[in-house]
Amino acid sequence: MDYFSVFGLEPHLSIDVEDLQARFYKLSREYHPDRFARASADEQQKALETTSMLNDGLRALKDPVRRAEYMLMRHGLETAQEKADVSPAMLEEVFELNEKLEELKGGDVSARPEIEAALAHFTELRDGLDGELTGLFAEYDWTKREDVLKRIRRLLNRRRYFENLVNEASKTLKA
Amino acid sequence: MGTFQIDFGESAKAPERVIGIDLGTTNSLVAFMDLTGPRILTDEDGNRIVPSVAGVSDSGDFVVGNAARDLLLTHPERAIYSVKRLMGRGIADVADELKLFPFRLAQGSEQVLRVKLGEKILTPPEVSALILKRLKQIAEEHFGEPVTQAVITVPAYFNDAQRQATKDAGRIAGLEVLRLVNEPTAAALAYGLDKRQNGTIAVYDFGGGTFDISILKLHDGIFEVLATNGDTHLGGDDIDNLLIQIAIEDIESEWKVNLAGDAEGVQLLRRAVIAAKEQLSFVPAATIDLAYKGKTYQREVTRELFDRLITPIVNRSLEPCRECIADAKVTVQEIDEVVMVGGSTRIPLVRSAVEALFRSVPHTELNPDEVVALGAAVQAGILAGSVEDKLLLDVTPLSLGIETMGGLVSKLIHRNSTIPASATEQFTTAVEGQRNVLIHVVQGEREMVKDCRSLARFDLKDIAPMPAGLARIDVRFLVDANGILQVTARDARTGKEQSIEVKPSYGLTDEQVEAMIDESFAKADEDLKERQVREARNEADQIVRATEKAKQEDHFFELAEEERAAINRALTELLVVYHSDDYLLIRDKIEALNNATMHLAEIRMNTAVRSALKGTKI
Repeated sequence: MDYFSVFGLEPHLSIDVEDLQARFYKLSREYHPDRFARASADEQQKALETTSMLNDGLRALKDPVRRAEYMLMRHGLETAQEKADVSPAMLEEVFELNEKLEELKGGDVSARPEIEAALAHFTELRDGLDGELTGLFAEYDWTKREDVLKRIRRLLNRRRYFENLVNEASKTLKA
Repeated sequence: MGTFQIDFGESAKAPERVIGIDLGTTNSLVAFMDLTGPRILTDEDGNRIVPSVAGVSDSGDFVVGNAARDLLLTHPERAIYSVKRLMGRGIADVADELKLFPFRLAQGSEQVLRVKLGEKILTPPEVSALILKRLKQIAEEHFGEPVTQAVITVPAYFNDAQRQATKDAGRIAGLEVLRLVNEPTAAALAYGLDKRQNGTIAVYDFGGGTFDISILKLHDGIFEVLATNGDTHLGGDDIDNLLIQIAIEDIESEWKVNLAGDAEGVQLLRRAVIAAKEQLSFVPAATIDLAYKGKTYQREVTRELFDRLITPIVNRSLEPCRECIADAKVTVQEIDEVVMVGGSTRIPLVRSAVEALFRSVPHTELNPDEVVALGAAVQAGILAGSVEDKLLLDVTPLSLGIETMGGLVSKLIHRNSTIPASATEQFTTAVEGQRNVLIHVVQGEREMVKDCRSLARFDLKDIAPMPAGLARIDVRFLVDANGILQVTARDARTGKEQSIEVKPSYGLTDEQVEAMIDESFAKADEDLKERQVREARNEADQIVRATEKAKQEDHFFELAEEERAAINRALTELLVVYHSDDYLLIRDKIEALNNATMHLAEIRMNTAVRSALKGTKI
């Protein structure tokens, strides 16, 4: 059973998260293993299965990026199948960031300001994709065209690329 | 003589009670949810707390609680405390504890730790089971009926092995553990903060041996944990150990004696230090006062000095709090209430540190030693069906992953995922004809297997021989509502269940637990029989007394002669079997006397009703 139908939802990329959360609470009240603590072993197992489905489903659908990844997977378009397409200029920038990160890890604190600047830049690039994604979500829900899904996949891969850089930079700055 | 009672018969037998247990590092409590709310059950002397200490008495019997605590002084080799620190842990994990706690490990502690208690050798779950049995007994004496179902609380940050060990302890004690509940979550339930309906709360739980922080969202009776963090190695014990260390150095310079190797001396000093620590929560200065082997040691500690000494320990609790706030994706301003749990939250420095971090005055209305047990009772009520409007949605504190190439961890279920949670992963073979696939499951946040905690190795067995990479085995990892991992495997092509052999990295195997249960049941059977006999005799006392009294009344002579004779006969027969050890026989005769006096009871009842109608007193 797919996660959308678990919550009684149409398989759309744009969903009302508050409504999803309300459906989750309602179903949890009904199916949680706590409600079946004294039921037969079979019923207990069923409650466990249903509730883990609800929890896994909420996690997959609540966050827009995960939701899109889930949709891609449903269509056999796993994000990992494709490499992020990054321009040579961008690669240059990433290379510089990696160098600075190594310097900081080696104890050279003078690398800090440049890392902070790069962090801000990549965060901006990542967040900049979110508006574009929202548009593509609506387009897919309307057209259900696979080429739209492929465009979404390309964006998600770019996004993950920036996300990894942002995480790496923040972690190194924090350490 | 069950005269004025109305007998509803067997059909109306109440469903079995579920008790709530706080199995603490230092103290344990048992509570029950009745119509008025959760309350602590007390022992025959009115004590609400059972110290988490077990020992072996002079006569070779196990003792628990205060009796065992006294043994710590007189025969420290026959008593053990803070055993919770050893639950679900391996020998390498406890190296630090062994320096500070007088645990005596026995041979063969590689797979499961074994501690010596005088002549006896026990695993930590067996020691915990002794404490649980005592709590079970308190509940049974309170209700006058057997109790076999319980909710037990665990630190939120407990890993799979520590949870499993707690569940094993319950089983060994003859308790079906319906649910393990995280301590901070239980505390939130006890506080009944759902009265505010919606909001965000933080629970700061600084106990005897562990520290937990949880952030929850309340939504019309649903308690949804957003994130949890903690340190299973941080508690009031650490404060005691720090003060003991300083005092030992101090004593050495005064007495020219090193107390460190002297178990009795250290134990006395521990008591003195704890007394001073507890006083310092209420007065600006206290004295560590030790009299031992004809010498005395006195050292005044001001609160200011105490605060400076314990600041590093208190600060260790703040980083998990910050991480938890970040993981919960809330800001400090969005947290509406902070709840304090655990005895160490009485320390003024702890309170002020929490207040400064969360920028709000924490709740301290409920006794911090009792609030977890009360919450366990509420959860027990939820499971028993007597509490319908509340529901707990908890999370797993640690990420779950499998070992991949190069000793790296591939995470399958991330920490702070609402449980039950699951993940499915497909495995295949690497060489032609391969019959087994070994899956190593670990728990933790680090990237390398060696930095995480090994949970178990799962061996997928009897794979049909075929070329490499053709086998397709779906393995499902499911963390249940207790935070314990279940693994199932299925051949993706045939849909057939795949057999798995589980080798837990730490802890007891199922067979070992079964053996311990059998052993403990042999004993429990005796205990149970004894109690049933005692209860039957109590009931016999009542009916005999009532019948003797009724025989003095005029009504008795309204009965036909054969009825009177039947009553006398039944009475004599009951008295004959009264001292037998067969409680069923005693109950039989009680029943017979009950039947024989039925008519008499009816006459008395009618007279009573008539008198009542007339408004006269009987």
